[in-house]
Amino acid sequence: MKVRITVNGTLTEREIEPRTLLVHYLRDELGLTGTHVGCDTSNCGACTVLLDGDAVKSCTVLAAQADGGAVATVEGLAASGPLAALQEGFWEAHGLQCGFCTPGMLMAATQLLRRNPDPTDAEIRRGLEGNLCRCTGYANIVRAVRLAARKGA
Amino acid sequence: MIPPAFEYVRAASVDEALAHLAKYGDDARLLAGGHSLLPLMRLRLAAPRVLVDIGRIRELAYVRAEGGELAIGALTTHHAVEQAAAVATAARALADAASVLGDPQVRNRGTIGGELAHADPAADYGAVVLALGGTVTAAGRGGRRTVAIDDWVRGPFTTALQPGEILLEYRAPAAAAREGSVYRKFARRASDYGMVGVAVRLGLGADGRCTSARIALSCVSDQPVRAQAAEAALAGRAPEGDAVREAAAVVLQGVRVADDPFCPADYRTHLAQVETARAIAEAAARARAA
Ligand SMILES: Cc1cc2nc3c(=O)[nH]c(=O)nc-3n(C[C@H](O)[C@H](O)[C@H](O)COP(=O)(O)OP(=O)(O)OC[C@H]3O[C@@H](n4cnc5c(N)ncnc54)[C@H](O)[C@@H]3O)c2cc1C
Ligand code: FES
Ligand code: FES
Repeated sequence: MKVRITVNGTLTEREIEPRTLLVHYLRDELGLTGTHVGCDTSNCGACTVLLDGDAVKSCTVLAAQADGGAVATVEGLAASGPLAALQEGFWEAHGLQCGFCTPGMLMAATQLLRRNPDPTDAEIRRGLEGNLCRCTGYANIVRAVRLAARKGA
Repeated sequence: MIPPAFEYVRAASVDEALAHLAKYGDDARLLAGGHSLLPLMRLRLAAPRVLVDIGRIRELAYVRAEGGELAIGALTTHHAVEQAAAVATAARALADAASVLGDPQVRNRGTIGGELAHADPAADYGAVVLALGGTVTAAGRGGRRTVAIDDWVRGPFTTALQPGEILLEYRAPAAAAREGSVYRKFARRASDYGMVGVAVRLGLGADGRCTSARIALSCVSDQPVRAQAAEAALAGRAPEGDAVREAAAVVLQGVRVADDPFCPADYRTHLAQVETARAIAEAAARARAA
């Protein structure tokens, strides 16, 4: 089937199998490998992207379901000022070690700060509940998001 | 993992979806948010030949308060349920459940219709809708029908829905004055299904005694259960002290309690009793404030 998906502002169009997951569309069809796959069970959140503004696990959305929609991935973040603040926050607060979870964390945090620009630590933890990190112990991720919020992400 | 191959069709309306279901019969499965079905397909535990995507039938995404009832369309996402002011006033327990179900990404995609149709024994709404009461409306080729919520779930992952039917709406009686409801979930980790989920709906008279009580639990057995013995223990009494202790003690009476290595039956029973007592107290506090 043919799908048309706007990714980071650019319209893409591919002939795909219906069973193609959005994450594979991004990684394999478009070569946008910033979005990671960390599990088989929809738990880890490494694959988080924004679909029409909402954070979704792109391993649990068919590309066919995103047909006609707009997707934002980690590759698109630096393009806009406020989002770079989140990336800076992760950098300054050591919000990552191996970095595998980071693209998903950044996208989930993007939604979090859009919905709640000045979250408490508890709200940050709740907003990132769908994202697992095996390295940091989360404390620095929470600090990173707080820092970004203060900068006005 | 990548799901097994299937044919994909998209329905723009309920009638179109019904026509697809009639055409493909047992080969077809409806796809709403996909957050139960796609994980099953990725693990190859389900392999439908045809997916009928109903995710774009926007007229099934709504929350309406009308005539003393709260009506929620099947395609309303958990996030929309969590956010809706009408849910918070008319059926607070449902908003509680929507706010602890899965995680933000799951809540953005998953729908109330998918959750009720899937009838996972561990699903949070399972207890809530039983405690709130109300009805489910479904459409088939022969027209629409309404099922009382107590008759909805027929077993694990099994509902009153017939082949070829689509769930359209859940409807709950809206909370009246001095009525309150709550849902409490006990889970091991963030984003997990619960080990126990308790929903309570209480009505209080001017004297502070229960005029009505419905209690139901998720995650405790192979389907959500109504706790009628616990409800009876509260009848006509003020929801405090001995009445609450007695209700909590019998909350799983007659239930074959789920037993697994992470949560043995005796521990689960203990959790259910503790959570029930807390839920009754919270529902009573909300009823007094309402
Ligand atoms: C990581 C993760 C964590 C989760 N945690 C929880 C949790 O803690 N608590 C919880 O309760 N749930 C949890 N869920 C499940 C989630 O709530 C699902 O969204 C929900 O169970 C199914 O809704 P859906 O719209 O995604 O349905 P789908 O997956 O699209 O469909 C599920 C089933 O229902 C059928 N169906 C869907 N819509 C209709 C309809 N309108 N009429 C008839 N049949 C229909 C489908 O054919 C399919 O068989 C979790 C899911 C994930 C992926
Ligand atoms: S890859 Fe783990 S949730 Fe998507
Ligand atoms: S930094 Fe390694 S998984 Fe989070």
